[in-house]
This record gives sequence, structure tokens and C-alpha cells, in this order.
Amino acid sequence: MQDDSRRVIVDIKGVAKHYGEGETRVDALRNLDLTVHAGEVVALLGPSGSGKTTLLNIIGCIIDPSQGQVSLDGELVYDNRWLRGDLRRLRLDKIGFIFQAHNLLPFLNAADNVALVLQLAGKSRAQAQARAQELLDYLEVGHRARAMPALLSGGEAQRVAIARALANSPRIILADEPTAALDSKRAGIVMDLMRKLAAEQDACIIAVTHDEKILDRFDRLFHLRDGRLEDDTGDAR
Amino acid sequence: MNLAWRDVRHNLFRFILTCLGLGLLMTVVLAMMGIYNGLVADALNIVKAPQADIWVVEAGTQGPFAEASKIPNDTRDAVARLHGVAEAGSITYQTIEAPFKGATLRLYAIGYERGHLGGPQTIAAGRGLEASHFELVADTKTGMVPGDTILLGRNRFQVVGLVKDTMNSGGDPAIFVTLADAQVLQTQLAPSAARVQVARGASATAAATVAAVIARLDPNIDAQDVVQTVRQWKHLAALTQAEQEEILIKSVVDKARKQIGLFLGILLTVSAVVIALIIYTMTMEKLKQIATLKLIGAPDRTIIGLIVQQSVALGVVGLGLGLMLILTVKDYFPRRVLLEPVNALALTGIILVVCILASGLGVRAALKVDPATALGG
Repeated sequence: MQDDSRRVIVDIKGVAKHYGEGETRVDALRNLDLTVHAGEVVALLGPSGSGKTTLLNIIGCIIDPSQGQVSLDGELVYDNRWLRGDLRRLRLDKIGFIFQAHNLLPFLNAADNVALVLQLAGKSRAQAQARAQELLDYLEVGHRARAMPALLSGGEAQRVAIARALANSPRIILADEPTAALDSKRAGIVMDLMRKLAAEQDACIIAVTHDEKILDRFDRLFHLRDGRLEDDTGDAR
Repeated sequence: MNLAWRDVRHNLFRFILTCLGLGLLMTVVLAMMGIYNGLVADALNIVKAPQADIWVVEAGTQGPFAEASKIPNDTRDAVARLHGVAEAGSITYQTIEAPFKGATLRLYAIGYERGHLGGPQTIAAGRGLEASHFELVADTKTGMVPGDTILLGRNRFQVVGLVKDTMNSGGDPAIFVTLADAQVLQTQLAPSAARVQVARGASATAAATVAAVIARLDPNIDAQDVVQTVRQWKHLAALTQAEQEEILIKSVVDKARKQIGLFLGILLTVSAVVIALIIYTMTMEKLKQIATLKLIGAPDRTIIGLIVQQSVALGVVGLGLGLMLILTVKDYFPRRVLLEPVNALALTGIILVVCILASGLGVRAALKVDPATALGG
């Protein structure tokens, strides 16, 4: 059960997103509300085309909603004050991404993949490398810090990707099918790790998943159907 | 963290292979530049070699380098007596072919009077002409060395000295012979042809002529004054050294210059298209990575830097390889390839501009990438 006294990290009110106009108009999201608190791990479920990725993109400051309000860690985004560069900076500072396929840059080794995010945020090379190694050690892939992504196993690569997502201590971690490429044992380990890190860093995790074997690791489940959100009680949000 | 360098290092073999291809293209560009320089330098070398101030040639002609010029043998005496002329010399030019060590050499024979203007200025090996007949000084490009002999016309000549970088605008290496020998080479007929001429009652040899008389002037004498004096002799024309060089460049070298210039332009355009295509293809292969970079918060300048730096590196390394290759093989070209540092600098500037412009296509594609692409779905 959620504890509503905790700090609200993601607060979405009346958000809608449509593409096209007139006969070609497609409503991807309809009047959607969602609140996620610090330390909370929530799942977005739903069939393909239900709007999961659109919602993830809106929370990730990648696309703007057609209407409604989005607050991230207390900041109201997508009003006229926000420029593209500001949203990029917000992504860098407050949001970590974990992808279905780890999406590590193939020309950087594991440590550099993590250190890059820190250097982009303004850390020195030495600071970035030290923090990267610390994170990789924590995720038990420190011994693979100098390995190129092509030489990492699926589980190792995903843990490096998690380290990258956590590098700047983000308040929001967005995960797109984070365990799709892993077997059930490794998927469980990765989910437990993410839960632990979210709790430690006071961050929230919002994950899109189809993976039924990890659903018990989420605090709340949200189902998206035809652009509308229902929580695990079946209530429309 | 330099992403461009990391990416290059990750795909080093492909990068080197691409640079090698571009380097070969740069070799051709540099070769064309060098050939053009060589063409001009060779042509001017021949004109500059006698270190003359004025050229006296046949009336109505532009001198021996542009068209045939024949003036009487004794013109030199008349020119030498002009006020302000320090020394004068008769000179002839002709292209001949002669067998040498199983091959046929095409030679540019320069005839001059020993002790007068027109001979080689610097002997690289051996000595200058000392005998009145059957000695020659050859350009090193002929492949002859002092002591070699070669049959010219009906007479065998001995090579006594060598000169460097003396050839005509067609690239034929020069030989220096005495004026008397050159005139014999010009007028001597084959024995059977000579017998026919005698049977017809004509002389077997034509009257001896020279192509031009060159003169060096006293200090403080205006070349134009002497030229004007000579022009008053209706059967002769006169040109200053500067006019002679200009005629040579305009009438002989200009078409070749335009041809090579056009070819150079086409090659640079091809290079630009090749670089643009390579960079575009490299960018398209990295779209997912670029989307990931954008998603994790990399600014546009990081992504532009990644593409532009790789493009410039490609151009600079390609140019470096091209430069090394042309410097290695330039002496094997049949024509002189003369590369000046300014050529390499100019091409570096051009390639840098081309690379930056060519990377524009890749940058445009990269900036259009939606960061959401990294998320999929």
C-alpha cells in the first residue's frame, strides 16, 4: 500500500495527447491523472498501442502533452517557460532511463558509459570515473568496468545500463521493458536491485512492462487501455 | 571524453580503410596539382635557362616556344652590335627521337654557341661542352650518364655532362649540343633523300638558320628600348624576357592549365561528395546511439562535435596519407610532379572546408533524430 505522506515526484493531471487532426486524429492519451511518490515502483501495463510509451515520453520530457499539467520533482514542466535545452537539462539531472535493449554506447567501455552521463552533467573526468566505478561495484559488475558492451552478458549489460541511469542520482527512473532481454532469475535480481536503489535514492521508478513474472515486485500496477489509465483496482484515473 | 575519437578507435579498421580510400583520392588531387606546377615550371625553366633579357625572333612570330621561328645565322652579330647589348647568342630548339639502350628517347635538343648565351647554367654532373662537335649535355631524366653515347642523325654523340629539371612544356628532357651540330640535325637528310635532292639539282642541305638570338643587356639599359630598335628591322621581331614568358604561359600552358584546373575541380567535388556520403552513412548507422545520447541529456554540440570531428579527422588523415603517397611515388611519374608547401596548405584548407560542409548532411540527420527512438515502441 502506498504511503501518501511521502514526497510526490511525478504529478500528472488531466494529461491528453493526440496526433493529427480531424479524421486522422488519434488520441493516444485521454485526460489522464497519475501521482507517483518517492521510493515507489510502479508498472505501466497495457497492450501495444495503448499509450504506454507516449506516457513514458511525456514524463521523460521527450514529447509535450496536448493538454494537462505535468510536475516533475515539484517543477511544472511544459509550460511556455521551458525551452528544449531546459528539458534536456531536466532529463540529465532528474531522469534516468533504462531501456529494453541496454542501449549502451558500443564505442565506450562499461565505466565510460556510466561516466559519460556524469561528465555531461559537469563532473570532472576523475570524479566521473570514481563514481562510475563505485556504482558498477555496487551493482556487482565492477570487475567488468573496462569491458566493451559487446563483451558483456545480457545481465551485465543491463546492470551497467542501470548504473548509467542512476549515475546522476535522478529522482525519476523510467524503464522501458527493463527485463525483456533477461531470463526470469536475472529479471528478478534486476527488479530487486532497482527497488533497492529507488528506496536508497528516494527516487521513483516507472516501468513499462509486459513481463508477468516480475509484476509482484511493483508497488502499484497501472493498466492503460485506449489512452485511459486504470490502477490495479480497476478505477479509471 | 572525446566521443568522436572513441568511436573511431572502436571502428579503427573501417576508419583506416576509409581514410586509405580518401587518401588515394587525395593522391590524385595532389598529383594533378603537382603536374600542373611541373608543367609551368618546366616550360618556364626552358625560357629562363639562358638568362636572357631579350629574344630576337622571326618577324610575325611569337618566338620558338609558340611557333616555328627561323632567322639568319648572322643575326647574332647584328644584335651584339646594338647599343646596350652586353652579349648575344644564337639558339635553336627542336624535338628529336633517338634510339638509346633498346628504347626510343624523345629529346628536346637545344643548340647554342659555346662561349655565348644559351648554354646550361648549372652542370649537375660531368662537364659542359668543350669540343666543337659530337658532345652533349643531357637532362638526368633522359636516363643517360656521362660516358654514354647516343646516335643523333648520322653521328654518334658522347654524353659529357648532366643538367637537372630542364625539359620543354611537353615534358621531353633537354639535351644541349653545339649550334653547328644542332643545325646539322635540323637540315641533314637521310642519304637516299640527299641523293634525290642532288639529282634534282637542289642543295642537299638547307641554308643554316637559328630559331632565335638571345641577348643580355648592360645594366641600366631598358629592354623595351632595345626591343623597339630591333622591331625597326622589318624581318625580325623582338620580345622581352617577360613577354616571352607570358606568351609561353598563355599559348602553350594555358589550355593544359585550364584542363588540369577543371579536372582538379571535378576531383574536389567528387571528394566532397564521397566525404559527405561516408559521414552520412556513418551517422545513419549511429542513429540509435545518437537518440540514446539525446535521451540521456547530451547537448546538440556534443552530437555535432561527434560528427564534425570524425569528418575532419577523415579528411585530415586522408590528406596526410595522400601527401605521403604522392611524395613517395612522384618521381615515378613520366612528367615532373612539383609540389610546393603552399599546395599542401591550400588543399588542407579546402579539405577542412569540404569536410565541415560535407558533415552538414550528417549533422542535419542527427539533429532530426527523435530521442524517443531510443525507447522504442
